[in-house]
Amino acid sequence: MIELRNVRHRYGEREVLRGIDLTLAERRVAIVGSNGSGKSTLARLLNGLLLPDEGRVLVDGLDTRSDARAVRRKVGFVFQDPDVQIVYPTVAEDIAFGLKNLRLPRDEIARRVDAVMARFGLTEHRDWPAHRLSGGQKQLLAIASVLVLDPAYVVFDEPTTLLDLRNRRRIAGVIRDLPQTALLISHDLDLVAEAERVIVLDEGRVVADDAPAAAIAAYVARMG
Amino acid sequence: MLGLYLHRDSPVHAFPVGWKLAALAVAATGLFFVSNPVAIGAALVGALGLFALARLPLGAVLGQIRPLLPVLVLLFAVQAAFAGWETGAATAGRLALLVLLASLVTLTTRASDTIDALERGLGWLRPLGVNAGKVSLMLALTIRLIPVLLDLVQEIRMAQRARGVERSALALLVPLLVKTMRMADHLSDALEARGYDPR
Ligand SMILES: Nc1ncnc2c1ncn2[C@@H]1O[C@H](COP(=O)(O)OP(=O)(O)O)[C@@H](O)[C@H]1O
Ligand SMILES: [Mg+2]
Repeated sequence: MIELRNVRHRYGEREVLRGIDLTLAERRVAIVGSNGSGKSTLARLLNGLLLPDEGRVLVDGLDTRSDARAVRRKVGFVFQDPDVQIVYPTVAEDIAFGLKNLRLPRDEIARRVDAVMARFGLTEHRDWPAHRLSGGQKQLLAIASVLVLDPAYVVFDEPTTLLDLRNRRRIAGVIRDLPQTALLISHDLDLVAEAERVIVLDEGRVVADDAPAAAIAAYVARMG
Repeated sequence: MLGLYLHRDSPVHAFPVGWKLAALAVAATGLFFVSNPVAIGAALVGALGLFALARLPLGAVLGQIRPLLPVLVLLFAVQAAFAGWETGAATAGRLALLVLLASLVTLTTRASDTIDALERGLGWLRPLGVNAGKVSLMLALTIRLIPVLLDLVQEIRMAQRARGVERSALALLVPLLVKTMRMADHLSDALEARGYDPR
């Protein structure tokens, strides 16, 4: 369970989250909102990439402020642009990166890398330079690199925004099949509609929090 | 450009990674003490011989040098104008040789092997404050990001051409800088999110 308790966040003078109270216990929660409404800021608070200026963020009772490392291991993060999250030149090496950070033994790293590559159809590309992958494959690699760490929660910040329809569907399928709890930020309302709960953000506040149909209707009405 | 490993059965491929890197480092340093264009020319021929020995296609060699051509020409022209053509030829030749040798190493060595070798090879420098993990990550990131940045340059060029701006260095540099800085920001988040901890 992830809890936000009266969370506020500013960049300089600008307050971009203005008192967020949420208890997230569903397996699939989606967040929608216009550009600049604070979605990415909220997402980054969930695994301690950002710390709230006020209030607390708790993941299974662990405070992101005092237990950053433990929280990071529980919460995986997939960014919008795979190009900025693939850090090693080749596919297999990039997947291994997070495991190396955990200082796992070499043979365990090799085993887990192989397993996740097989799961995402990346095995034949194991020694490929990442930049020769297609956009969809890059995003699959980014997701594989996060899932190999076996997080309990995965936060997706607009994972399909840069993809074509076919790859969008593919990534949507991957997210659908995840055993993990997933928190999805997306402008893709078809994808959002599959969540159990949809939260609408506007100018740093929660303005709707409901089942998908009702929340999406509220969001669309707001957008005019 | 970099990071494109081409698998072949050759003595150059089979040569231990550590030695390849050490040889490259020695050659790169040694080059600074050689200013005779004829000697550098001979070394260039030698480097091409190594490409043949590695059974790499000529296209691969040219592909490495082509993006560099404008820089080489400019370097030659500037140096030739101020210090004579010998100096110009030596400077341009040195750079070409350096890129050729570095490419030879990257074309015949898996990036991951290079990075592993570097991490192992630098371990003994730890007491001197050299963090081998950091150095190898930096190398990995560089190899990884060069093609990303080249794509970015292409993209910005294209967008500007669409708006009728032809070759303007400033018009390229400003958006490139903005984008790179944003990228660096996201990258450091991504490293952190995946548990990177430089110790
Ligand atoms: N690092 C930052 N520094 C300053 N302002 C930022 C930073 N990140 C985001 N912002 C601003 O905060 C607001 C919310 O941003 P963000 O959380 O990224 O929104 P969203 O993801 O919903 O588009 C935007 O106005 C954005 O310009
Ligand atoms: Mg965002």
